[in-house]
Amino acid sequence: MRLKKIKGIKFGLLSPKEIRKMSASKIITPDTYGEDGFPIELGLVNQRIGVIDPGLRCKTCGGRMGECPGHFGHIELAAPIIHVGYAKMIYRILAATCRRCGKVLLGEEARAKFLDGIEQQKEKQVDVGEVVKLVFKEAAKNDICPFCDEIQKRIKYDKPTGYIEIDKEDKERRLMPSDVRERLEKIPDDDIPLFGMDPKNARPEWMIITVLPVPPVTARPSITLESGQRSEDDLTHKLVDIIRINQRFMENRDAGAPQLIIEDLWELLQYHVSTYFNNEIPSIPPARHRSGRPLKTMTQRLKGKEGRFRGSLSGKRVNFSARTVISPDPEIEIDEVGVPKDIAKELTINVNVTERNLEAIRETLKRGSKHPGANYVRRSDDKKVKVTETNHELLAEELGVGWKVERHLQDGDIVLFNRQPSLHRLSIMAHYVRVMPGRTFRLNPTVCPPYNADYDGDEMNMHVLQTEEARAEAKILMAVKRNIMSPRFGRPIIGGIHDYITGLFILTWGEKRFEKEKAQDMLHRINIHDLGEPAGSFESSSGIQVPYWTGKQLFGRILPKQMDLQFRGVVCEKCIERGEKCKKENCPREAYVVIKEGNLLCGVIDEMAIGSFKGKIIEQMFRLYGEDDTKKFINDAARLAINCIKQSGFSFGISDEDIPKEGKAQIREEAVYAAEHKVEELIRAYDAEELEALPGRSLEETLELLIMQELGRARDDAGDIAERYLGIENAAVLMAKSGARGSMLNLTQMAACVGQQSVRGERINRGYQGRTLPHFKSGDRRAEAHGFVRASFKDGLTATEYFLHAVGGREALVDTAVRTSQSGYFQRRLINALQDLEVKNDGTVRETRGTVVQFKYGDDGVDPSKSECGKVVDIDEIISEVVEVDVGS
Amino acid sequence: MKKETLSILGHELVPEHVLMDESEVKELLDKYKIKRVQLPKIKVSDPAINGLGAKVGDVVEITRQSRTAGKALSFRLTIE
Repeated sequence: MRLKKIKGIKFGLLSPKEIRKMSASKIITPDTYGEDGFPIELGLVNQRIGVIDPGLRCKTCGGRMGECPGHFGHIELAAPIIHVGYAKMIYRILAATCRRCGKVLLGEEARAKFLDGIEQQKEKQVDVGEVVKLVFKEAAKNDICPFCDEIQKRIKYDKPTGYIEIDKEDKERRLMPSDVRERLEKIPDDDIPLFGMDPKNARPEWMIITVLPVPPVTARPSITLESGQRSEDDLTHKLVDIIRINQRFMENRDAGAPQLIIEDLWELLQYHVSTYFNNEIPSIPPARHRSGRPLKTMTQRLKGKEGRFRGSLSGKRVNFSARTVISPDPEIEIDEVGVPKDIAKELTINVNVTERNLEAIRETLKRGSKHPGANYVRRSDDKKVKVTETNHELLAEELGVGWKVERHLQDGDIVLFNRQPSLHRLSIMAHYVRVMPGRTFRLNPTVCPPYNADYDGDEMNMHVLQTEEARAEAKILMAVKRNIMSPRFGRPIIGGIHDYITGLFILTWGEKRFEKEKAQDMLHRINIHDLGEPAGSFESSSGIQVPYWTGKQLFGRILPKQMDLQFRGVVCEKCIERGEKCKKENCPREAYVVIKEGNLLCGVIDEMAIGSFKGKIIEQMFRLYGEDDTKKFINDAARLAINCIKQSGFSFGISDEDIPKEGKAQIREEAVYAAEHKVEELIRAYDAEELEALPGRSLEETLELLIMQELGRARDDAGDIAERYLGIENAAVLMAKSGARGSMLNLTQMAACVGQQSVRGERINRGYQGRTLPHFKSGDRRAEAHGFVRASFKDGLTATEYFLHAVGGREALVDTAVRTSQSGYFQRRLINALQDLEVKNDGTVRETRGTVVQFKYGDDGVDPSKSECGKVVDIDEIISEVVEVDVGS
Repeated sequence: MKKETLSILGHELVPEHVLMDESEVKELLDKYKIKRVQLPKIKVSDPAINGLGAKVGDVVEITRQSRTAGKALSFRLTIE
């Protein structure tokens, strides 16, 4: 086929003339294939309008299957039919034009004004829709034609494709499509611009179909089922219907059938043509397949998420990609991905053979299709040869410069790794391949946060980059180590989670002593062999002085030599906010972390130090030492944490929720009963009308508010009491305090008291009239009757508690379901609105035309990922660097 | 009777609008290497423009309070 250049694009309506001109064949027969198995002449699967059978040639262009793009055919309709897509427009035009002379019902003056308005809008390249709307509105008001004085009748639009004319005496007359077409034909060319149309490209009468274009068979291919039976496309089915009815209509009309039958057939034809364009028109039943499934016609093909635009053009399935379940592997680097061997053998990278890599590739080729081998070679004569068991050695021998080899994915190749939903740019990052046995992708747990991944069955996608440019770009922009800092909040998004935090917390909490053997065991694996001076020594049972190292000291070994840093951890109880003085180095909770010259002098390592989203040490590392050192540090810290936690082991069980008897009694008496008592007191006061309303609230609201407050406090009190009995040696407490996982609230609910359940921020009030369950008296306002759960999860809930807890739990469930879908749609709209904005080199944000949106990106021109928490400068930090002042006070 | 229009410019929630003279506008356009139409727009009918006496084609300088930068400058072209 000859290549043609696009000179311009024209939008308009197809005229019957044009349809006939572009048609390669008239379509008359409603059948597709004849008994001989070949397409029927003048049938719907016509050899002139495209080929879908291998071996046959197109009778129009001579192309084979795949070469011939297909050609349109046409059906001559026996009677004009309204195009559903334009039905509304036709109605507006009918209402705005004279029924006799066809002119727009506007006086000369108004007409000129509107024409001028449209011209102006066009000049400004703005949508003319607003002016056109006014034209229709004004013209429809006139009931006498200003040109021929004809009295106009009112037009009623009978959805979806009917028009009824009503005269002054309320007499109705149905306009047939032929009447409508006649009227539209009378509209002079000069009036058509008033409708926002161009008479050369879109005459209004072309909105009435007299000739129906038939899409080429390549656009509606039939498929052969396993049984050898042919199954036609939905569009073909619909076209069959149209031709059948069209024929019947013609036969009946030629035979002189009564008007009633003709009209019925006309309407049926209208139905079929309408549903051919759109099978989801309100008020008419969708056309169905024999099986009862609604047919997928024109509109359905284009519309929606799976439609042509969103499903086939904006997004499509791609080659060189793989998808499987992910599982953790803390032993691989953070910027690596473990790739199953089976996948590595399927995905290939194209390499050009040069003098420099000739021998290396020859070795690869010698292995044939065994793992680090190759699948295909392209010889210098451009012939593609598959590498097989039998020919790989021969190929390896022949291999020469200029060949291209599709070799297997190998260790060190760069690939893109992605997890849906891709909500931010960190959802796709570049990883280095590490081929492994097994069937899952392996991922270092520290990179879970940017992907928001976990290992409960999550699947992820991998894309193999095919060009050097792409690989270079990925390495520079998308590599994991490049994206340690989040562009959203200017803090590290990659860092320790869960056990990593727990491990380092255990290591650095208090003064843990490690003998040489244990200390070396932990550090050897991260290639640190110098333990430094021991912190001291203790006397062993046999009376020898044994040197020991502290946990803090060991942690210091993975820090850079010159690092200085001070901050408060998550264990800090914010003494300053409560008006007390910070004890700093003497903090009983070791919340004040001091790092001097690469040594951890005091404080405990928790989420604030190495956790993702917080990670002060990681942040400092990234700014001062760069991405490579930071990557190494995260790796080292993670392995140190694992090695440490492995020595002592760490687990959580039901006995961790045990609170001693006296503790239980205290919770019951001091928290639960006390609160319930106070609630009853409040109710009594309310009943006795002694309660005073809070400003802006009714008496009832005040009571509810006070009760809620009281019961909320009850749970907190219970938690506080429980906390006194559960020390840091408790696994759950340790995890909650260090920020590894869970919160004290979770533990409170498990061990002490579940607390008040709520729906929409209020106590549970739904159910029966005046009560939530039949177990309570109507009007009972006590805590128990409105969803206060005094038991803990471990103790177990009573039946009523359980039910009301489920009521509250349901809201949370519905909320998350609604929120995700809503925020997903919101995100889509936001992306569509902002996708073309760009920060230019001069710091301005501009859209595609170069119009400025912001004169300085974010008003301050700061990239959050390269600044301290999105601020321009961190004054505290600068001051503390110069003078010794404490942090943040 | 002409309706007395209340100027909203003094209100604390309305950022400061100042009419720029031609030399300032030229300087601005040169600084960003843009044409007049590439500026953000504001309608003459906007209450903030009303009090300034700006005509179509004039440029106003707007000083906003910004969370990130303290004070942020913006410029808008007056249009119909």
